[in-house]
This record gives sequence, structure tokens and C-alpha cells, in this order.
Amino acid sequence: MTWSEMQPLLTQGTLDTLYMVLWSTLVTAIGGLPLGILLVLTDKGGLLQSTPVNKAVGVVVNIGRSLPFIILLIALIPFTTAVVGTFIGPTAMIVPLAVGAIPFFARLVETAIREVDHGLVEAVQSMGGSIPTIIRKVLLPQALPSIVAAVTTTVIVLIGYSAMAGAVGGEGLGSKAVTYGFQRFETGFMLVTVVILVAIVTAVQLIGDGIVRLLSRRGRTA
Amino acid sequence: MHSTVTETPVITTTGLTKVYQSRGRDITALDGVDLHVREGEVFGVIGRSGAGKSSLIRCVNLLERPTSGSVVVDGTDLTALAGRGNRAGRELRRARSRIGMVFQHFNLLSSRSVQDNIELPLEILGVSGAERSRRALELLDLVGLADRAKAYPGQLSGGQKQRVGIARALAGNPKVLLSDEATSALDPETTRSILQLLRDLNRQLGLTVLLITHEMDVVKTVCDSAALMKQGRIVESGTVGELLATPGSELARELFPVTGDASGPERTVVDVTFHGDAATQPVISQLSRTYNIDISILGAAMDTVGGKQIGRMRIELPGRYEDNVVPVGFLREQGLQVDVVDEDLPAEVPAQSNGAHGAALVKETVK
Repeated sequence: MTWSEMQPLLTQGTLDTLYMVLWSTLVTAIGGLPLGILLVLTDKGGLLQSTPVNKAVGVVVNIGRSLPFIILLIALIPFTTAVVGTFIGPTAMIVPLAVGAIPFFARLVETAIREVDHGLVEAVQSMGGSIPTIIRKVLLPQALPSIVAAVTTTVIVLIGYSAMAGAVGGEGLGSKAVTYGFQRFETGFMLVTVVILVAIVTAVQLIGDGIVRLLSRRGRTA
Repeated sequence: MHSTVTETPVITTTGLTKVYQSRGRDITALDGVDLHVREGEVFGVIGRSGAGKSSLIRCVNLLERPTSGSVVVDGTDLTALAGRGNRAGRELRRARSRIGMVFQHFNLLSSRSVQDNIELPLEILGVSGAERSRRALELLDLVGLADRAKAYPGQLSGGQKQRVGIARALAGNPKVLLSDEATSALDPETTRSILQLLRDLNRQLGLTVLLITHEMDVVKTVCDSAALMKQGRIVESGTVGELLATPGSELARELFPVTGDASGPERTVVDVTFHGDAATQPVISQLSRTYNIDISILGAAMDTVGGKQIGRMRIELPGRYEDNVVPVGFLREQGLQVDVVDEDLPAEVPAQSNGAHGAALVKETVK
């Protein structure tokens, strides 16, 4: 396989991967953030302490996290078909990717929010702040660097998942690597896809770390 | 300017009780606390850790909901307002916004600049942006940090952080300021400057301050009144003068510790307590001249408040106690409280046991 043969495949694969990861990250953030906040608020001693809600959400999140992604991918085919109309292609893959990453991200958000000093919550309560105020003005801004770090980790997990999704009708670099690199024994092609994936992951990590540093710098002694 | 304490109660707790459940056991943090804080005074609650001070101050703005009893702040019965603990109703939140609170660990938001931290309570109150910023700068000026508006809390020293904390607590123009061990994380010098600031604010703004502390020095420096807490109860309470007038008051003894032993045999050592009601004449020199005796002052802890002397003094008179009945009588006639100290004898007579106990307590405070 020559470079001119590889290039369009790689370009298409990279674009598909980025497309899937980008959208599924967005859906994951929208779904996982409230879930993570809910886990903290409903926990024992939390602002909205509710053992049944906390237990229920906890169980769902744990089930989501313990299912191997490849199985989730297959199990979700009917659901994906219902939502997108098909279970094949990059758009369809957004559904299982997000469903798989939401519980993971929710746990990371939970940890990030839990790290916020309770004294700050108390201070805002003493000013007459309501629970939405506390979430908006204290929990989220104070946990922002950790949440950004959580997003970075999630994006990287999603890049891994998206490669796996290639095996079950998805597109992207993973799918290309399986079709050309593995089934056609094109070792060179396989190597290039690996290099591209490593480069994407490294770039995401660097960007994420950079944002975290930028956000937390003002909190420290300058 | 002078602090104007009126008789109007601003904070009143009645039968305040707080019981926690911990591993199936009940732990009583507050056991029927009746507290009366008058308008315009600085009231200090002192006690060891675990005495229930923290629960008490958190119950005053209902950050903790008391198990029973009531809290009335500035005429509003907070315990009657809707909402439970964390899920405070609108009215309770409104009432809380009129009570400022400062914390031991400052509790400033590291993600916000100094100015934005002070604006936070105003944001909650729905004050417009321009007005918020005007008020924040005014408050920063009041606490002496006008030049640090754009700094972040991480760039400030402990004392500066607490100044920001105080400015933030004052943003909503509260009548009452609660101080939860506000100086306990600060060094002695910074502690003094923060206490001075609290005192100034108390006088300038007529702010009523309820503070809790474990340091007697804090009470000594700023408080008009004090209460001693032990095991969830208030065991002593009153103005500094009232406490001094109370025989055997542990707080008075610790606020005005006196030490000193007799310089030899055939001496009488007495503790004289001035609780502000005594005549303003120089009693000791009168005593000396009237009875023609030499008096040595072994130790004294005195303050002059509004031209009246407050405090305690340990003096030595020549001769045995029997020889000094008349001079001691003279001191009592002047409206002073006199306790005889005799270190040699075991604690059999009440007055003596008092003195010995006092000495022991003094050593403890020195530590």
C-alpha cells in the first residue's frame, strides 16, 4: 500500500474519529455533569440528601461503568437504531460512545465536586445563597480545573472507545485499522494509524493540561 | 467614637438544644442554651473545643437547625421560618443575608478576585453590577485593603484574607456579625489587628458582634460581655463588670489573672476585685494613709473603662489576717470584693480554696 493510497483513508478516518469523539464528548458532558453533581448533593450530609436517589443513580452509574464497552456497543444497537435510525456510521456511534462515557465522566465530576471545601458552601449559605446559587457560584467554579481535567481524561477514553466502535460498524481510524491493517495485513498502514492516534491523544492531553494550568494559576500565589 | 450598647436584645436564644446522631448514639452538643446579646456589644463565647461553641454560632443563623429551642435575631424568630437545614426557604435565606459571618479558615473563593469575593453576597441579593462594585470598593477601603481589589485570595496573607472575609460579611449591611474563631488561624500580632478592626467596626457601624473563641485574650481584648461554655451549657455569662462582681467567677479569674506569693511570714495576702461600681478614689493609697500601713502590690490585672476601674489586684498587708480585719473591712466598705489568699493552708476555708484554685487556673492560662 502506497502513501497516496493510504492518505485518503487516513484523512477520512481521522475526520470520522474526531467527529465521533467531539460530539460524544459534548453529549457526555451535558449528561454526566448533572449526574455527577446529583451524586454529591444527594449523598449523606449533602445539600439535597436523599438516600434512595443517591443509591439509584449510583447503581445505574456502576452498571454503566462495569459493562465492557464492546458489549455495551452491541447491547445498545436497538436503542441506537431507535435514536438515529441506523446503528452504522459515525453519527450512530455517538450514542453508544456517550452512553458508555457518561457514567465514567459522572464519577470524575463527583470526585471533583467533592474536593470543594465545605466551608465555602457554608459561607455562601450564611449569605443567604440557595442551592442553585451554591452550584453555580461555588461548586462549579471552584471545581472547574478538576472538571476540565476530567473532560480531558474522558476525551482520551472516548478516542479509545471510538477505535473499538470501528469493529461494530463505526467509522474512523479504528475501523480503517481493522479493515486495512488487520484484515489485509498492511502492517505499515496499521503503524500509521497507531501513530496518528498517539498524536491525537497527546495533543488532547497537552491542551487539557494547559487549560487546567491556566485556570488554577490565578488561585495560587503568583 | 464610643461603643453604644443598648438594652435592646439583638440575639436571643431560648432553651437551644442540639442533639446529633452518631453511630446510633445521641451526642448533645447544646443543652438548653439561653443567650442574650444586646445591641451594639461585642459578646464573646469562650470554651474548649467540643464545648459546643461551634454548634451554638451555627445555630444562630441556622446553618445547623437546633433540635429544640428558639433563635431570635433582630426581632425575627429564625427557628419559625420555613426550610430545614440545608434546604433553607426563601425567608430564612433573606434573614441570613442580614447576618454577616466570618470564619476561622476565611472561606474565600479561590477562583474569584478579592473584589468578586466581596461582591458575591451582593450578587445573591440581586444588587446591580455598578452598585456592587461601588460597595465592594467602599468595603475594601473600610478594612484597609483598597489596593488589593484585583488580587486573588491565594496572593494574600492570612490577616489580609480575614479582612476580605470581614468586608464580605459586611456587604449586605448586616446588624449582626458572627465570628467563628476568626483569629484562631492567625499569629498574635495579626490577631490583634483583626480584633482591633472588629472593635472599630463595632463602634463605627454600631455592629453587634457575637464571637466564639478558645482564647481568653480575644475576650479580654474586645468583648463587652462574655459567656463561658462547658459541655453544651453556658455556665457563666454577663458583662465583664458583672462577671467580676460574681464571687468565684471562673471567667473573671481568667480574664484578670493575678499571681504572687507572700514575701514572708506574718503577712496577709488579699485579692481585691474592682468591678466598676467602686468609688473612683485611689483606694489603695487611702487605705495606706488611713491605717498607716505599708501595702505592696504583688500582682494586678486592671483596666479602666469609662473612668471606672475594672480588674483584680493582689496586695500584701503586714501582719496576720487577725491584725488586718479593720483595713479589709475598709476595702469592703468601698464596694470592693476582697478574698483572702493563704497559700500555706490546705483548702479548708472557702476563701482559701478559692485563692488556691485561682492560682492553679492562672498557671494554666499562662501555658
